[in-house]
Amino acid sequence: MLRKRIVPAIDVLNDQAVKYVQFRNPTIIGDPAELGKKYTEDGADELIYLDTTASLKNQDLKLEWIQRVAEQVNIPFSVIGGVRTVEDFKNLLRAGADKVGVNSAAVMRPELLKEAADIYGKQCVVLGLDAMPIYDDKGEIVRWEVYTHSGHEKTGLDVVEWAQQAADLGAGEIICTSIHKDGMKNGYDVELIKLLSEKVNIPIIASGGAGKIEHIEEVFSKGKADAALVASMIHYGDYTIGEIKSYLQTKNVNVRLI
Amino acid sequence: MIGIIDYGAGNLHSVLKAIKQLGYETKLISGNSDHTDEITKIILPGVGNAKVAMDVLYSTGLSDYLKERVSAGIPLLGICLGMQLLLETSEEGNVLCLGLLKGAVPEFTDESEKIPHMGWNQVKDTQSHFLFENIPDETDFYFVHSYFAKPELQEDILGATNYGIHFASVIGNSQVMGVQFHPEKSGKYGIQLLDNFCKQGGI
Repeated sequence: MLRKRIVPAIDVLNDQAVKYVQFRNPTIIGDPAELGKKYTEDGADELIYLDTTASLKNQDLKLEWIQRVAEQVNIPFSVIGGVRTVEDFKNLLRAGADKVGVNSAAVMRPELLKEAADIYGKQCVVLGLDAMPIYDDKGEIVRWEVYTHSGHEKTGLDVVEWAQQAADLGAGEIICTSIHKDGMKNGYDVELIKLLSEKVNIPIIASGGAGKIEHIEEVFSKGKADAALVASMIHYGDYTIGEIKSYLQTKNVNVRLI
Repeated sequence: MIGIIDYGAGNLHSVLKAIKQLGYETKLISGNSDHTDEITKIILPGVGNAKVAMDVLYSTGLSDYLKERVSAGIPLLGICLGMQLLLETSEEGNVLCLGLLKGAVPEFTDESEKIPHMGWNQVKDTQSHFLFENIPDETDFYFVHSYFAKPELQEDILGATNYGIHFASVIGNSQVMGVQFHPEKSGKYGIQLLDNFCKQGGI
């Protein structure tokens, strides 16, 4: 049976691994390749690198750290951030990335997902989706809206509709981040992840909000996520990936133990 | 020397890196002109679309090269899409493939499972084979695919994996073989499998 995946996310800024809180205030936490190697040895199933400098820096510099990661890491890794064209897909895959994520560029030009999937296969096309809840007068969540540009711009798009459209076009996987949960350490947006998992027939990686080991169990059991992204709780040494997986196994979550 | 077919596959460099780290000499093969007697084994990597891949293999002459080398007795390992291309046809773009093994490549159609099949899953050995040496049965490997191999001959099924259905995740014989998962991305046992291929029968 397919295992539930634990996926460390590593934010990259100026070739350094950093950690943001709600997309802001970066703190340096190490070297992207060394950190990736350490998490691999700890039992990570996959890695996601979010390059937050991509749009400002030149491509060569970006490829250099990706090549270093590819040298040192023997599990799959995705690179997401600043991807706009099929040429970007080609360059990142050639540098050693296994999957390439698009976020804002896919919202602006959804055909990009199809173009990339037609050439490289949908399995390496990852949609990054940043969501913010919309509340009614009573303070209840009525739906979620898609935000772009690292959570700075609202699009008016409904999250579920966009996810379905993206999957139809060629996205093979979705990393869904709840902006209001990200970095808060009070749990994933389980309701949103469950909704997406039920409505969209491609794997969903839950992102944003893990602070306790129980949050991860919850997003698998109640949220029906295929994978859980973890960041602060491992970057700051609160838990190791091995500890997370051992705990999940005791809760009957089907994880790969190494 | 291990020849690795370069037809623009996305995982080319991770395969190359893994083989190099195992200590083997490698050479990238991008056309008929690269045909050299030094190459004792060939790896056909692959991530992507079967139609696009076959178009490149045909236009570069690599499809003829592969068939010719196989008939000359050179062992060949296909990885992921590279494995699917070993069969006769693929539903992905309805394309004619290399036909080095009998069978087809259909798409997953089980509505209850998400497509692509993406992540770590177990491989159950259905036959003993040198590829599995020093690897425990039911080891997890990393899969990413929406189509799967359906060999015509039962004897060509070496390992199987369950994803809604049981499908052939390791196929072939003692000379032409393929794995649906990515050994180069499957941690230490994946690397072991690549080593098993490279060292079999001498380098």
